[in-house]
Amino acid sequence: MSVMSKIKETIICLKAGRVTLPYPADPQPAPPAFRGRPIFDASKCIGCGGCAGNCPAREILLLDICQEIRILKYLGRRCAYCGRCADVCPEKAITMSKEFENATDTIGDIGQTLELFMSTCQRCGRCFKEQSPLEQLKMKGYRFDDMQNERWIFRSQSYLGDAPFTDDIKIEME
Amino acid sequence: MLKNLCKKMFGRSLWVYHANSGGCNGCDIEVLNALTPYYDVERFGIKLVGSPRHADVMLCQGPAMRSTAKALMRAYEAMPSPKLVFAVGSCACGGGIWHDSYSVIGPVEKILPVSYYIPGCPPRPEAIIYGVAVALGLVKKKVAPVEFKQPEYTIPLYHPGDRLPENKSEKS
Repeated sequence: MSVMSKIKETIICLKAGRVTLPYPADPQPAPPAFRGRPIFDASKCIGCGGCAGNCPAREILLLDICQEIRILKYLGRRCAYCGRCADVCPEKAITMSKEFENATDTIGDIGQTLELFMSTCQRCGRCFKEQSPLEQLKMKGYRFDDMQNERWIFRSQSYLGDAPFTDDIKIEME
Repeated sequence: MLKNLCKKMFGRSLWVYHANSGGCNGCDIEVLNALTPYYDVERFGIKLVGSPRHADVMLCQGPAMRSTAKALMRAYEAMPSPKLVFAVGSCACGGGIWHDSYSVIGPVEKILPVSYYIPGCPPRPEAIIYGVAVALGLVKKKVAPVEFKQPEYTIPLYHPGDRLPENKSEKS
């Protein structure tokens, strides 16, 4: 009987034919609900910083180099593709594309940097006026995120430029 | 012709060692999914081995953690050179969501020299195969950095005199 069952299995396997996808030669489209790399549209972006405030991985950095120019930098390296930035964007400037073939040998390839022009109020000199006291508490004035070390700078914490978060790894390595 | 094609396609067999240094197991499942007959990576000669001493490629998943960094380093040193390190997933590429917490050191590249990055949380099995195919030279990478710059200042600076150092000293 075992021989018969083996033969049956062989017939089932032969009926199924080839199931392997010829993947790199033959592109495979992503399913419709798939979220891939977010694409930032600089022509629609107003620079409100909502995406930067809502990113759970804290990887959208803002840097106000002067009163009129704000740099928005999307690193892409620790992005979890959650789509919160696209949800929160008031101008729909961020779209979640279906690109998933993001493999690269230099990590800077998946970043996006936008240099945004911010018009200012002639009376108060600020970029825009916050609506509620809660929002004023959340973000006061400028943000100076660290572009070199690719980290946020929290207003509540003092922060030294070159200090790593954990310094005792060198001790553990020995 | 077929022989040349086969030599080109299957010339180098990569033996893969798969190291999880504190990930959530999502990338592990996607890597194992890539080894199934549906996405058959053995047609590229890729084989999963259990020991880093047999391996050519290390697939790192998860960030470098305080507790596992030393073991990861030892596994890397045990691999015979030439060796490649793939960072699979956004934890290994950039440290993940908890990149600045106490127990996470950061991305794997702080410990090991990473040669290829496959971002995604988790990356699809196709994305992992695409990364391996980029490493083997079968396909070209698709991503490129995007930079948008203002061509010119549309209005003059608000208080341009305040930004100059000599004016500041005069005022104060």
